[in-house]
Amino acid sequence: MATLTKSIRTRINLERINWITVVFWTIGIVSLVLIVWGSFNSITSGRLSAAQWRDLIVFGLAQGGVYALLALGYTMVYGVLGFINFAHGEVFMSGAMVGFFAASALDDAGMWDNQPALSLLIVLAVAMATSMLVAVLIERVAYRPLRAAPRLIPLITSIGASFFLQYSFRGLFGAGIKSYPQMAALEGSFTILGLRILKSQSLVIAGAVLMMVGLYLFVERTKTGKTLRAVAEDKEIAALMGIDVDRAIVMTFIVGGAMAGAAALLYSLVFRQVSFFTGFFPGIKAFTAAVLGGIGNIAGAMVGGLVLGILESVGPSLVLAGFNIPAFTQLKDVVAFLALVLVLILRPTGLLGERLAEERA
Amino acid sequence: MTQATEQVAKADLRDQAGREAAIQVRDVGLGQALRLGLLGGITTVFISAIGMIEAFAGRIIMQPFLTLSFTALLLIPLVFGYLAGKKPPEVEGLTRARTGPRNVLAGLLAGVLTGVLTGLFVLVANAIDLRDIFIAISPRLLNILTFDQSPSSALVLLVLVGGVLGALGSLVAIAPGRWRRPLLGAFLWTLTVGLLEGVFQQVLRGLRLEAVNSFLFSPLGGLEPAGALTIFVLVFALYVVLERRRGSVSARLEAMSDRERRRTMIIGVVALLIVLAILPQIVGVFLSEVLVNVGIYLLMGLGLNIVVGFAGLLDLGYVAFFAVGAYVTAVLTSPSSPFWAPQLTFWVALPFVVLVAALAGIMVGTPVLRMRGDYLAIVTLGFGEIARLLFVSEWLVPYVGGAQGILSIPKVTIGAFEARTPPQLFYLVMAFVLLTIYVSWALKNSRIGRAWMAMREDEPVAEVIGIDIVQAKLSAFVVGAVLASFGGAIFATKIGSIFPNSFEILVSITVLVLIIVGGMGSIPGVIVGALVLVGLPELLREFSEFRLLFYGALLIYMMLKKPEGFIPAKERMRELHQEEMLQDSWLRETEPYDRETPVDARGRDPDAGLI
Repeated sequence: MATLTKSIRTRINLERINWITVVFWTIGIVSLVLIVWGSFNSITSGRLSAAQWRDLIVFGLAQGGVYALLALGYTMVYGVLGFINFAHGEVFMSGAMVGFFAASALDDAGMWDNQPALSLLIVLAVAMATSMLVAVLIERVAYRPLRAAPRLIPLITSIGASFFLQYSFRGLFGAGIKSYPQMAALEGSFTILGLRILKSQSLVIAGAVLMMVGLYLFVERTKTGKTLRAVAEDKEIAALMGIDVDRAIVMTFIVGGAMAGAAALLYSLVFRQVSFFTGFFPGIKAFTAAVLGGIGNIAGAMVGGLVLGILESVGPSLVLAGFNIPAFTQLKDVVAFLALVLVLILRPTGLLGERLAEERA
Repeated sequence: MTQATEQVAKADLRDQAGREAAIQVRDVGLGQALRLGLLGGITTVFISAIGMIEAFAGRIIMQPFLTLSFTALLLIPLVFGYLAGKKPPEVEGLTRARTGPRNVLAGLLAGVLTGVLTGLFVLVANAIDLRDIFIAISPRLLNILTFDQSPSSALVLLVLVGGVLGALGSLVAIAPGRWRRPLLGAFLWTLTVGLLEGVFQQVLRGLRLEAVNSFLFSPLGGLEPAGALTIFVLVFALYVVLERRRGSVSARLEAMSDRERRRTMIIGVVALLIVLAILPQIVGVFLSEVLVNVGIYLLMGLGLNIVVGFAGLLDLGYVAFFAVGAYVTAVLTSPSSPFWAPQLTFWVALPFVVLVAALAGIMVGTPVLRMRGDYLAIVTLGFGEIARLLFVSEWLVPYVGGAQGILSIPKVTIGAFEARTPPQLFYLVMAFVLLTIYVSWALKNSRIGRAWMAMREDEPVAEVIGIDIVQAKLSAFVVGAVLASFGGAIFATKIGSIFPNSFEILVSITVLVLIIVGGMGSIPGVIVGALVLVGLPELLREFSEFRLLFYGALLIYMMLKKPEGFIPAKERMRELHQEEMLQDSWLRETEPYDRETPVDARGRDPDAGLI
């Protein structure tokens, strides 16, 4: 029966989707031509030197590291529960916000400059703990009762949770922008292999890689990681095999929250400013990164994050500048969103392929 | 199963249910009461810490001292006491709930715990200065929470007041329905009149009833105690009278013959039109302005209702179409449009607005044709943000003015009539709203409307039964885009100038909230949703700061408890509660023999279509 419906469906698709396929291919080819043309123009114009391009790429990597850590949270929740946790950006923001208070308290106590490593670890712990707590709280209050609901319902709930958290934080801590204290140990830059890297950026890249390796080992090598993978594969069968599905789901949110907390500290080191709205755009972009890499795929989220970070940093100067668009750096968010749209049109399974069962499609 | 065996099985079940011994007696849970008390305490502390209590202190509900802050503080133990004392749900034939002193104890417990937590919060906040982190915990807040007493006596007072109100709430909860409903109704109406005193005063003034005004309301703001009591008693009496002859309007409509029903409907529509025609004269300038804003959101809400409610395509970038409508109107009509200023009149520009909006609908719709629900949501969100970022960017300054926007957009004129003041704009908006309501209603019952709903329920199945998915999706996007562009066009002429920051994602979210709260796919739901969720925050200035917080909480609540909305569309209701309804019908079937099978007015079994 299933095969019969499937064959009927394929035939209908073949008959009718033709012109859409043509449209999609046209969109793909046109954007490819535009990208190549723009890049060619701006590279041959020699507006930016090779060193400047390298700086952009390094900045992109740092930014991409943050996106990658955030994207892990999206991809893991999507893998297990099958919906976009729209509030994950706010999980990230809560870590950055509470981390700010820890950082300024440490700064007041004089530790920020005297004991930089220890202070960073303390702020990291605070940010991670906050984000984990918020993530688990959302899961318990808003998502757990909706396990059996139609797919769009938890998505709408998570949009609600997102705005609720944003404006709760605004009410609690004020609407103003808060600046992290500057850390003397992270000022300046150094050079590896002819590549000049800001110290803060190098810390962010190293930190992100460390967290990702840790997560990879956790998911692949530990027993808890194995239960997570089993639950992502098939909740019912996992439950039959004696796995506590609810616990595994909470664990997913804890791990996602921890990654978001780490991302929050790294983000704050590069951009140094947080407000209640900080989580919104990084959140959407991290989701884009997760889709770019193939949602549900942990390695994909990492790759997608880095690729998106570089695209966003290099893209405006490379493609948009080639068409003499004024103030092209204003449009870096447009580049990120266009990347999302194009990926979903041309390769919805992402770069590394989506690790999801067919029935979800 | 054959008919006969089924009968036997049912008879067995009935016997079982008939035996009193099998019925479990349930008391109200005290653990539950403690949980609710904890929740009440957390709620109080939360709304204090986010600054709500302090912000509400300026509005007086009732003279001499009952401010909105106190009302909120007192309502919390009352509500949680009510919830704690409410008898547990009964499963017919299986369990029975018992009411008694235990319920009052539960309410008392919940109220006391709320008071204890609030008191502890006051003590802590008094001992440690938290203002550097939590900016809202100010001395003024503490004065409000302690009723200007010392913290330790405030603790005693809060516990006492909490306990009394909690017990009171539980008493209301276990009161028999014929007293409870009038009591709650009278209480809520009095509260509403106190809260919206400006509206009621203005309407009474419009109706030339100044004397009533001065009797009910105090010149210093808020209700007079005597006025509050009068409203309470009047509404109570009204409820008691109405309680005798219950029976919903829709049931009475169902009972009428076709001709009678049509006549009633026509009378209703004519009456509505007359009310709308004189409304701006009665409600005055400020309220007309509020109604115009409600109308603009209503246009968007009805449009999004088609995309999300009928067709099930969750569009989070809907504001883009609103922006397109506003910008096309601005460019075509304004003399100061930077690139090209044809200076058309509004009515000549309107067809072009529709055309461009339809094209925008196709442009957004085509790429998402093959996407599933949540991907579609994110991509449309991306489109919405792309639109805003482009409008604000330097790149398009020569065409649409960038952050400076487009100024001096002319007003709408019809002959000598010019829609300049809010009451005049009201007529313009209302004309568009009525048109849109008609279009929505006609589409809902049309072939394409049924195709949308089939697609919403199950896309692959809809495709297999021969619905053209491509056409259905694109047409939903186009119709939605055109309706939103009407809203944008009116918005542009109303404000007279447009800036990109009017078209943020928050607009899309607001529209989404109002259709979800009203009921996705339900036209009356969208109307009520717009009135309440857009109108109320504008009337309660203190509240508008917490508008989005409230919307977020409301979205979560609706999805958890009432995903079909407060005024649900019949079809959605069925889809979301199918299991429960099947269960209900099973229970109904096991009721005693002598009850007839429920048959509705048209002689059908109401459950027939469900299984």
